[in-house]
Amino acid sequence: MRTLLELDGVAARYGPVQALHDVSLVVREGEVVAVLGANGAGKTTTLRAISGTVSRSGAIELDGKQLKGGPESAAKAGVAHVPEGRGTFVDLTVTENLKLGAYTRRRDGSVRADIARIAEYFPWMAERGGQRAGTLSGGEQQMLALGRALMSRPRLLLLDEPSLGLAPMIVREFFRIVRKLNEEEGLTVLVVEQDARIALRASQRAYVLEVGRVALTGTSDELQGDESVRRSYLGY
Amino acid sequence: MVAAAFSDFMQQVVSGLASGGIYALLALALVIIHRSTGVINFAQGEMATLSTYIAWALIAHHGWRYWPAFVGTLVFSFVGGVGIHRVVIRPVERGSVLRIVIVTIGLLVAINGFVVWEWSGEPQQLQSPFGTETYDIGGVIVAAQDIGTIAVALGIVLLLWGLFQFTKVGLALRAAAVNPEEARLVGVRVTWMLALGWGLAALLGAVAGMLTAPTVGLDPNMMAAVLIYAFAAAVLGGIDSPIGAVVGGLLIGVLLNMLSFLSQYGAFDWFTEELRLPMALLIILGVLLVRPQGIFGKPEVKRV
Repeated sequence: MRTLLELDGVAARYGPVQALHDVSLVVREGEVVAVLGANGAGKTTTLRAISGTVSRSGAIELDGKQLKGGPESAAKAGVAHVPEGRGTFVDLTVTENLKLGAYTRRRDGSVRADIARIAEYFPWMAERGGQRAGTLSGGEQQMLALGRALMSRPRLLLLDEPSLGLAPMIVREFFRIVRKLNEEEGLTVLVVEQDARIALRASQRAYVLEVGRVALTGTSDELQGDESVRRSYLGY
Repeated sequence: MVAAAFSDFMQQVVSGLASGGIYALLALALVIIHRSTGVINFAQGEMATLSTYIAWALIAHHGWRYWPAFVGTLVFSFVGGVGIHRVVIRPVERGSVLRIVIVTIGLLVAINGFVVWEWSGEPQQLQSPFGTETYDIGGVIVAAQDIGTIAVALGIVLLLWGLFQFTKVGLALRAAAVNPEEARLVGVRVTWMLALGWGLAALLGAVAGMLTAPTVGLDPNMMAAVLIYAFAAAVLGGIDSPIGAVVGGLLIGVLLNMLSFLSQYGAFDWFTEELRLPMALLIILGVLLVRPQGIFGKPEVKRV
């Protein structure tokens, strides 16, 4: 498989606080890759470095091309970032949220068609297009954030803690849809998760971060099968 | 007697709607900037005055006809508003609200000074595009100026509503105003959207100024009182609500005229024209005390 995303020696900081020291990782086209680790290990910052919402150093290449800084250019290059805590515009309607997802795309008739296509995965969105996103349930907002990210026809989908604050049943449903998108449409996903168990089940490979560095990597099956890894890094 | 009172009443309503339409435009400008930049733009009135002088100069000194000058002024104002954001506001935007407020006050003083320096403080006359005729509609005397003002204000509000509601850039403008970080993630160039907001606000102000000048006369402080009424309108409607600004503007316009009307007929006979401005301040104070979010605003909820 072709390499889609490559991070080489990436570091990032929030003001004086160094959050990432040296992260190198690879995501190949069509893969679901999980980034695991404890709180403060730098999982979210890794995603933010990729989408350019934190100041960073080191090389980040998408499709062999260095990603320019700034989230607007990352979005334009095909990176769709679903941030932690439901990235929806609460004052806008469901349909408006979806339309905004297609913002970087050329204006053509395909936006409407894509909204219909996304409604196949989330049937309720078609019926409740005029509803304000802020009045949706937490699970629905997370699905909407995913739907909006898909509207950009992303090369790479970044998911940050999608399970946060959601009921287990909703989380399973969410990951079921992500897997389905991966299998049916070849969507490439880099997902950050606190819940290692569910993330390893949904992914093919995983990286474990520890204080801003990659501590461990392997296929998800290997990591799941290794009891010592599970105990010392994944906490279950 | 009753019939005369009724036609007086209707006349006051119509002229109240006309001045209210002007307040609504300027209030809308305040709301657009407050939603995106988070501050009250104290220079909004002076920006409108400058625009109006441009229109007047185009007509009086350069021989333009009214409507081309009107459109030319809108273009100038829009570009000027974008420029003000890029050059003056953007450098301080990340700082505290107070810093931005002080910069807008500085802008107020600077523009006012420029206008006096360039055109002197002498009052000028900007013609009305609607003429000075009055019409008798079923005993109600209405001025063409008032009808024209209402029509233009309404037209501009509808155009703007269409822009925000039905266009891609309008959607991006709203997204950038309510949730800038999220907007950047979907690829919206937020700083340009904020600049665009300033451009639209300047354009709204220009229309308000050009509609104000024919009745009050063009002078460097022409918009000072109108800005206070617009403040009252924006606060009354809800400082983040575009619909609120329009409704608030019309309400203030009609309400103040109602006081004039009632004072003619004995009630509130203490009310004179001089009290219109203090009354607007009283409305601001009353709303802030009783319902700070205004009619259409959402109460501010702070998460602890």
